[in-house]
Amino acid sequence: MRLAWKEWRERITATDILMWVIGGALVIMIIMGSTATLAAGRYSGRHWFDFLIFGLAQGSIYALIAMGYTLVYGVLRMINFAHGEVFMSGPYTAYFVAAAFYRSGFLDSHPIISLLMVFIIAMATSSGIAFLLERIAYRPLRNAPRLIPLITAIGASFFLQYVFRGLYGSGFQAYPTVRMLEGFWMIGGLRILKFQVVVIVAAALLLAGLYSFIQATRVGKAIRAVSEDKEAASLMGIDVDRMISTTFLIGGLSAGAAGVLYALMFKQVHFFMGFIPGLKAFTAAVLGGIGNIPGAMMGGLFLGLIESIGPSLFLDGLGIVAPYQLKDAIAFTMLVLVLIFRPTGILGERLAVKKA
Amino acid sequence: MSRLHSIWQQGIKNGMIGGVVAVLLCLVGMVQSFAPRDIVNHVIHMGHTLLLLVAVFMAYMAAKKTDPPLTSQALLNSVLSGAIVGVFLILFVAAGRSVNLRMVLVNASPMLYNTITFGRETAPGAILVIMAGALTGLFAGLLFLLPQSMRRIVIIPLSSIIVAGVLQDLIRPTLAAWGPLSFISDWLFTSNGLTVHGSLVLGVFIAAGLAFWSLKGEIVRESYRSLPEKGRKSLRLSGYFGLVVFLLILPQILGLFLSEVLTIVGLYVLLGLGLNIVIGYAGLLDLGYVAFFAIGSYVTAILTSPELGFFSFSFWGALPFVIVMGVMSGVLLGTPVLKMRGDYLAIATLGFGEIIRILVLSDWLRPWLGGAQGIGRIPKASLVGYEFAGPQEIYYLILAGCLLVIFISTRLRDSRIGRAWMAVREDEDVAQAMGINLVGAKLLAFATGAGFSALSGAIFATKLSSVYPHSFNVMISINIVCLIIVGGMGSIPGVIVGAAALVGLPELLREFAEYRLLVYGAALVVVMLVRPEGLWPEAVRRRELHEDDFENGEAMPPEPSKPG
Repeated sequence: MRLAWKEWRERITATDILMWVIGGALVIMIIMGSTATLAAGRYSGRHWFDFLIFGLAQGSIYALIAMGYTLVYGVLRMINFAHGEVFMSGPYTAYFVAAAFYRSGFLDSHPIISLLMVFIIAMATSSGIAFLLERIAYRPLRNAPRLIPLITAIGASFFLQYVFRGLYGSGFQAYPTVRMLEGFWMIGGLRILKFQVVVIVAAALLLAGLYSFIQATRVGKAIRAVSEDKEAASLMGIDVDRMISTTFLIGGLSAGAAGVLYALMFKQVHFFMGFIPGLKAFTAAVLGGIGNIPGAMMGGLFLGLIESIGPSLFLDGLGIVAPYQLKDAIAFTMLVLVLIFRPTGILGERLAVKKA
Repeated sequence: MSRLHSIWQQGIKNGMIGGVVAVLLCLVGMVQSFAPRDIVNHVIHMGHTLLLLVAVFMAYMAAKKTDPPLTSQALLNSVLSGAIVGVFLILFVAAGRSVNLRMVLVNASPMLYNTITFGRETAPGAILVIMAGALTGLFAGLLFLLPQSMRRIVIIPLSSIIVAGVLQDLIRPTLAAWGPLSFISDWLFTSNGLTVHGSLVLGVFIAAGLAFWSLKGEIVRESYRSLPEKGRKSLRLSGYFGLVVFLLILPQILGLFLSEVLTIVGLYVLLGLGLNIVIGYAGLLDLGYVAFFAIGSYVTAILTSPELGFFSFSFWGALPFVIVMGVMSGVLLGTPVLKMRGDYLAIATLGFGEIIRILVLSDWLRPWLGGAQGIGRIPKASLVGYEFAGPQEIYYLILAGCLLVIFISTRLRDSRIGRAWMAVREDEDVAQAMGINLVGAKLLAFATGAGFSALSGAIFATKLSSVYPHSFNVMISINIVCLIIVGGMGSIPGVIVGAAALVGLPELLREFAEYRLLVYGAALVVVMLVRPEGLWPEAVRRRELHEDDFENGEAMPPEPSKPG
């Protein structure tokens, strides 16, 4: 017994204790805040349900974007910082098609066909941008030290933002509303906004499609092989360069789709719209364990839920004014907590402390 | 593939790339918004210069990459490439004049088409533009065929004319402020662009200087080398002395606006030097560095501003607390991320930076931190009756800070702890096996960097007399990381060069601010692709990144081109 105590004493350092203190304080704060909020009963069940649905919708968009980060991280071991701009490029380009459909009345007479067209154009643009990005900016840096591709990605991110600003102008563009998606459905006495359901269902279908593509097809298998071990994959006859390009294409496709869903939800597009969702989606990918595909999905949903429920649940009860302003702080605090207590992410392998 | 195809391939490919780039430049609006500004009055304006530069560069590369390297083929390829750029532009104009592109692409205006075709209709314009492209290509091809020394004598004067034209609004008032020298500015410049005779004389003057240096430079260098050690030392010392004197009188020479730019660059140099310890020496990619800058600014504001009324220290009284707070927050934020590496570290620190900004911005902490309105009425620093009020005075404060920080970082770099940091940067596991205390080394790096950052935050707060949460967004962190990497990781002159290039230049070209980040992003990508070790790298790092050159028996690394 005394021996175990001594061993434990030796293993624990001051930094560990500090970390546990920080983490413990946060956890206590969360518990106190939640109980206080629930005890005060300022929010009814319907409020919580609304938060939940909004969080799921937001989270499924994050999950779609996070797929791009995680796939690229898998094959290249790099943060594609410009992925947020890949996400922006699609819906911004498709906006002009959507606006044209709206003006001609086609959007209201054939909503499904025109939405499909908008999706196709957005996805094509995003994946084209992602493909070019890899081809021009990242491929020459395949064997460079790790920081260099990251800086290139940051540069590419600015470049793309301002190219699109130059091309399409710097103002906010209001996305046309689809009349079919306005209003709400009543389900068992609960009111659900239609477009939120559509966003959740569409994202779920896309995620399922992506997952089965990666798991079941030959190309998906090849991509997984490349992310496992490039050299071995190329010895097995896999064209590594082509698989990396394909990965970027797939990441672009899902980002473009996520972009249209985002535009439908928030009803506007802007050249800077990709930056914050990009950061959040990256956070989601890390939360789930970067490089891990189901992890990215879970991380996205988790982040979306925490962001929509967290401020009211944790902070309201502590008497904090305007808790909704702090939703991003909650998201990033979650990230730091997860990294402290489970540095591998929720589903990840131990990548954070392993040299990748 | 046929032989015929392969010898023309380079010309066609480069021409097409150049054409796409040129059309893109037109579409993002750069060409048209640069057009009102003449480089040489009534001869050429910046919009055309931009397109010409694209065509020249692509044609030059076409000539350089021509395979097999035949003189005539190289020349033909560069002409072809230049002409193709012209063809692309004219196709764009033809498309734009027949279909209204403006619904989608806001910059595709009739004015732009007129600029491209020199104000002509499409058909005669086509001949002109393609001719111009081909001539540009011819010029680039001839340039390629010149021997290296001659090439420099052609390129540097031409580019200095362009630089003089671009920076005319800065050079003109600066020269004009110098009483007797003002006639030079009157003679060189018109109200829009250089005069024709002025640009000719400037070009010839610089070319003559270059020719002289290429002939006699070796003799000067030789005589320096043959000086005795003592003489060389005194020469170097007097050089340093001259530099110090120059730095001291700099704001007086430059005037108010340029001094303001200098102070901004100086602040970024301070920040960069601090982060250089974290990233450059210890190899910890910290994307939340702005947090410490914000902490420094806010602690200064809380301690000195009468607006909040908690304390009323003077700037100097607050400074020790600011730095101690900075160091403490460095340790505090550094501890949780000690075990993380690489990308995880980057995202966690980025998260910290955002958390700090969001907290400062929130209504919750408003009574203490001022919320979105920030904190105002921060007193100016003063020293024995000398108040650091305007940019010309703040400059000295920043200069003193920079010199201090440069001194500390050089000493740290050469010390035991500096070597420990570099060992950690190269390989953590090996460093630990060699007996380096990883926790201590990393925390010390975070703490030192944070201390420097808090110092610059304090200066920033007194410079602006107020602090706002919006000054501390993630872009600042990213800017600093970029200037370190572009300047050269771990290199102190690199930080200065990086700050001058990434912060100073865009400040000078404020009127083109719309394209600032576009150019900035493109520059980052290009620097990383072409010169990953940075503009002014540390010797060790340059060797690491160019290992192949050394293995091939090259004794010395190639001389770095002079940054600027």
